[in-house]
Amino acid sequence: MVNLAGRNLTIKGGRVIDPAQGLDQVADVAVEDGRIVGIDKAAKGGEEIDAKGLIVCPGLIDMHVHLREPGNEEEETIASGSAAAVAGGFTSIACMPNTEPVIDTEAMVEFIYRQAARADLCHVYPIGAVTKGRDGKELAEMGQMVRAGAVAFSDDGCGVASPSAMLRALQYVRMFDKVIIQHCEDPDLAGSGCMNAGVTATRLGLPGIPAIAEEAMIARDLMLAKNADTRYHVAHISTAGAVQLVREAKGRGIKVTTEVCPHHLLLTEESVTTYDTNYKMNPPLRSQKDIDACLDGVVDGTIDCLITDHAPHGREEKEDDFQNAPMGIIGLEMALGLFAKALVHSGRLDWPSLIQKMTVNPSRILGIPRGNLREGAYADITIIDPELEWTVDVESLKSKSRNCPYHGWQLKGRAVTTIVDGAVKHSLLAATA
Amino acid sequence: MSGVGNPVESARQMAAAAQQQPTIWKHRHLLTLEDLTADEISLILDTAEAFSDVSKRSVKKVPALRGRVVANLFFEDSTRTRISFTLAAQRLSADVIDFTAKSSSVSKGETLRDTVRNIEAMGVDIIICRHGAAGATHLVAQNVSCSVINAGDGRHEHPTQGLLDIYTMRQNKGRVDGLKVAVVGDINNSRVARSNLHGLLKLGAEVTFVGPTTLVSRGFEKLGARVVHDFDSVIGEFDVINMLRVQRERISSNVFPSLQEYSRLFGLTNERLNRAKSDVLVMHPGPINRGVEMSGEVADGQRSVILDQVTNGLAVRMAVMFLCKQAGEADS
Repeated sequence: MVNLAGRNLTIKGGRVIDPAQGLDQVADVAVEDGRIVGIDKAAKGGEEIDAKGLIVCPGLIDMHVHLREPGNEEEETIASGSAAAVAGGFTSIACMPNTEPVIDTEAMVEFIYRQAARADLCHVYPIGAVTKGRDGKELAEMGQMVRAGAVAFSDDGCGVASPSAMLRALQYVRMFDKVIIQHCEDPDLAGSGCMNAGVTATRLGLPGIPAIAEEAMIARDLMLAKNADTRYHVAHISTAGAVQLVREAKGRGIKVTTEVCPHHLLLTEESVTTYDTNYKMNPPLRSQKDIDACLDGVVDGTIDCLITDHAPHGREEKEDDFQNAPMGIIGLEMALGLFAKALVHSGRLDWPSLIQKMTVNPSRILGIPRGNLREGAYADITIIDPELEWTVDVESLKSKSRNCPYHGWQLKGRAVTTIVDGAVKHSLLAATA
Repeated sequence: MSGVGNPVESARQMAAAAQQQPTIWKHRHLLTLEDLTADEISLILDTAEAFSDVSKRSVKKVPALRGRVVANLFFEDSTRTRISFTLAAQRLSADVIDFTAKSSSVSKGETLRDTVRNIEAMGVDIIICRHGAAGATHLVAQNVSCSVINAGDGRHEHPTQGLLDIYTMRQNKGRVDGLKVAVVGDINNSRVARSNLHGLLKLGAEVTFVGPTTLVSRGFEKLGARVVHDFDSVIGEFDVINMLRVQRERISSNVFPSLQEYSRLFGLTNERLNRAKSDVLVMHPGPINRGVEMSGEVADGQRSVILDQVTNGLAVRMAVMFLCKQAGEADS
């Protein structure tokens, strides 16, 4: 990690929101040597940032991104993905292991940390594969990966389909108190689908991925997780039935958590009508009924975290026909504005509740020492201008890829300063003395 | 909307105005029937009727596309559609080239976009494209400035097949409006069914999709079709029965247990046909699995217009190429 000894900073007069402490008040935040030294205090000397009218909160955490390194560095690298993250207000991201080669060994986990340290922008936490090569058969060396710093395990891109492999994985990670993040999609039910199964798919002649493919795997996994008495996390939830399954399981005391992407709160399957591959992702865009259920799930706490599933793809790949083009869209740089649109400006959620789902909730699930502004905590801080109106322009993104359906969207709310371990890594504010 | 005028009256006036003005074809491409208006579909059918005489002459050619180049770009196997387009182009005096590419281009290194741009750069005026993926012909059309005619994109649409089916119905029944048409078989996987549906609904026909629950999704009801799973209960209602090919390969995906069971429930036999209207038209886009979706005696029987469909395909494809090329040249 970066050595910031001697570097002090005071963020003055902002609305300090720290859901971990139930804090929401106008105050100064003091940072010394990369740590928070107190709320409503001034640091000994150092820079000052005027945060009047702005929100000052713990650095945002995205627990579900794809950085493509190693293997597809032309689409994204750990450095370019980190740059996109800090531009979007994220101080920590957790990267999925579906790289080439797969992150399924201790050495690969160490490689991610090394590249992240070289980039020196934000924290990058590796998520290790559940099975060797993500092939769903033999367990990967999860114990050794934990020792190297893996924060969770997932075969994301696909689910662990075998019930016995999934049960063993759940039992095995319990001894490390790590969570399995499952991409819930029964491969047999999903078949060769490329969009949501529904009227739009019927009309367009595109093979569909039915909601039941997601829900059947969640229902099974909830029973397995209960049986193994282990924590279980549903990746990128997208259907009304899935939200209801998780809600009921939580009520029955099963240790389940889940997350949702901006596109599953804002876009429906009808966007696919023009065969634009920027609307192709997995899980696919669903119906308005599913969007409404996901929004309700966020509001009532069934859905714990807000994530991007940032999935960069090269232009050539995305220019293929819809059936053959790869799945996924980028999201790090516009996620905050999109979530604000779906949740805050629509009146469903206040800023503290939204920030909770982007800070302390993911940090608890991953078990990382981030996501709060307590005295002595690492000084990961995001300053948000909740009123700033801006237009998404894909050509100005830090990400190496441009596969984004939001080009030209008008958004309100943006991270204007991102501070990692006390160092400013991104700022749209004019420099102050 | 402002409250000026009586909406019924203004609609009447607009309809009258539309009748006075001949429909003008302005599409460079033909990708779907869903995107066309009833007038535009009728215009193609009328144009096809005018071209149908050409095939009856001893010299089967007109100079409409002389000096123009038509490229058959088939990413999926096809014999009859490709030959039909080739003959249609030749009757319009165009030069025809064939390009066959088996698989999706990316795996071979060249993208679909590059492939079609290269072909266009050779001076091609019309690309006839068939591809295994729904929407692929849209992608082709977005990347070239010549005309693109969809000869089948995945399970999405096969507009010239839909047009020739409707042409054959109109030829035999004298109208399309009010016809009761059944399309029977593997509707979910059929581009022919979708093009029939859109074209027929626009022209005022009623469309019933018939087949097992696993091959006829309820979603088609929202697109305007009636969905029925018991063929025998409705067979007496139809003016036209369009039978689709069922593929043995579907058994492995568990959509029906055996061809024999399929044939018992949905196959068109003489026994079943005897319960249909006496003047029902029997159609099939081909190739026929004799003894599966249709018995040989029905295929060759009096009510079958299957070979008329093939003949009419030429005139319809001549009309489509002619209209699209004209619109493309008017644009540029």
